Amino acid sequence: MSTNSQNNPKGKIAEIMGFNLLRLVTLLTVLPILGLIVFIIIKGAPALSIEFLTTPPSNGMRDGGILPAIIGTLYLTLGTAIFSVPLGVAAGIYISEYAEDNRLTRLIRIAIINLAGIPSVVYGLFGLGLFVLFLKFGTSILSASLTLSIMTLPVIISTTEEALRSVPNSFRVVSTSLGASRWQTIWKIVLPQGLPGIITGIILGLERAAGETAPILFTGATFFLPQLPHSPLDATMALPYHIFVISTQIPGMPVKIQYGTVLVLLIFVLGMNLIATLIRSRARSKRQW
Amino acid sequence: MRQEKRKSDIIISSVIKVCGYSSILFVGLILIFLLREGLPALKDVAFSTLFSVRWYPIEGYFGILPLILGTLLVTISATLIALPFGIGTALYMSEVAPRWIKEVLKPVVEILAGIPSVVLGFIGILVLVPFFRKFLDLPTGLTAFTGAILLGLISIPTIVSVAEDALNNVPPAYRQAGLALGATRWQTIWGVTLPAAKTGVLTAVMLGIGRSLGETMAVMMVTGNAPVLPTQIYALFRPVRTMTATIASEMGEVATGSQHYQVLFLIGILLFVFSLVINIVASAVSTRQRKRSERVLS
Repeated sequence: MSTNSQNNPKGKIAEIMGFNLLRLVTLLTVLPILGLIVFIIIKGAPALSIEFLTTPPSNGMRDGGILPAIIGTLYLTLGTAIFSVPLGVAAGIYISEYAEDNRLTRLIRIAIINLAGIPSVVYGLFGLGLFVLFLKFGTSILSASLTLSIMTLPVIISTTEEALRSVPNSFRVVSTSLGASRWQTIWKIVLPQGLPGIITGIILGLERAAGETAPILFTGATFFLPQLPHSPLDATMALPYHIFVISTQIPGMPVKIQYGTVLVLLIFVLGMNLIATLIRSRARSKRQW
Repeated sequence: MRQEKRKSDIIISSVIKVCGYSSILFVGLILIFLLREGLPALKDVAFSTLFSVRWYPIEGYFGILPLILGTLLVTISATLIALPFGIGTALYMSEVAPRWIKEVLKPVVEILAGIPSVVLGFIGILVLVPFFRKFLDLPTGLTAFTGAILLGLISIPTIVSVAEDALNNVPPAYRQAGLALGATRWQTIWGVTLPAAKTGVLTAVMLGIGRSLGETMAVMMVTGNAPVLPTQIYALFRPVRTMTATIASEMGEVATGSQHYQVLFLIGILLFVFSLVINIVASAVSTRQRKRSERVLS
């Protein structure tokens, strides 16, 4: 390297300038993100109180808390998990452990890539057409959860596949040679090894579902609900939609409540993100192969 | 005992197989239900009406051109804004940064990817919109440009992670050869690494475009939602309306099965097709590249 700089002083200067430019660009990308988070925490923290978290809105959203929206988002996230986790993990197992390299598998891959790319509002249209109207589930937690599940599916499938693929093949060979069937090998050997990766993927997928607004707009979200939903066929308030409502639809909305609501959603979503990151890095440091 | 084992194995295997095929089923279902609700629009609404420049559904004007061009304007501007930051950050992370900085940067980019778009839209309304109105002396801060900035921010994580993967996949031997020939690391990045990762970077850009194209909430909240045909360059600093925002803001108020309802689904079909094309091309490009590099290296 030193000979480079001696022979090529002009190039060295260009390199220093170039590297600094890349550093600057990265800084300009990262700082607004961190700034945004800090800004929301500072602005939103004063609104947080037990009362804010445990009472419904009152006085046309301008007073009170956001309990129904919090509970609604929990329900939707849970509902999404019920449908998307078993289906997504099984599909990931299929692609990693069963699928052969043929035309059908390529078609499945293209389908997954496309599911991941479909705009969220189009999922909303689809949910409206299939779940709300055709299957007559109505505007409900069930319809919204099913819609979010299909949207979350590609994330869970791809991360499951990736996690299982990273398990060395020798594990499978040894297990099979000891007389285990294919499923026993997957269930007892491959799946446990890939579990941290799979859980990380599930959390990241659910995190995205929890923060989405467009897919639930016409499938399950409602403007205001005085009490909590009783059944999966009830519509529900949800944090992301509530943020949309209180920042665009209601004049004279107190800023404090707005930032408080945003902060609660951010804590929810980034908390899931943090957990996923921790699981992943812990699993990585414990890995023995 | 053995028989039993084999039987349960077969059952479980077939269940898993069915789950494996489910993605194909869902893509098919999505297409079918979009077509079912949206295709009648082509029969009921005249072609000349659909491809006119006036979107005013209450009086039966269903011109989708302003919406398509609005989406185009915002998406292209967003991509131009996101590109230097996305690619620059990817280059820094993969080629320049020491390991520990990389370990810090990665989660930060992931945090950005995890921030719900409605939160960015909210910050847009409360911070960006008033700022631009004052700073650029505009009648309103709800403009295509404001939307483009937010969309740029939203597509950056996609661009960074895909481009960084592409750069990491360039074999170290390429870089070593560049350095051995006397090039500086900077020259190696531009002359060797980046060209070698060209298609991967292109895929990153395309997926970024796909991300912007389909984004709904943030755009809807800050672009002012005026369905005006953007014809001149200053349209960037005027309110605009995208396809996604139109669906999101109007679907709640239409009667099921009405013309307006059908046209909104038709816009959904267009969005579906756009994203389909972008994703298939992006994945085709990257698989072809992978095959070629495997051939070169073997």
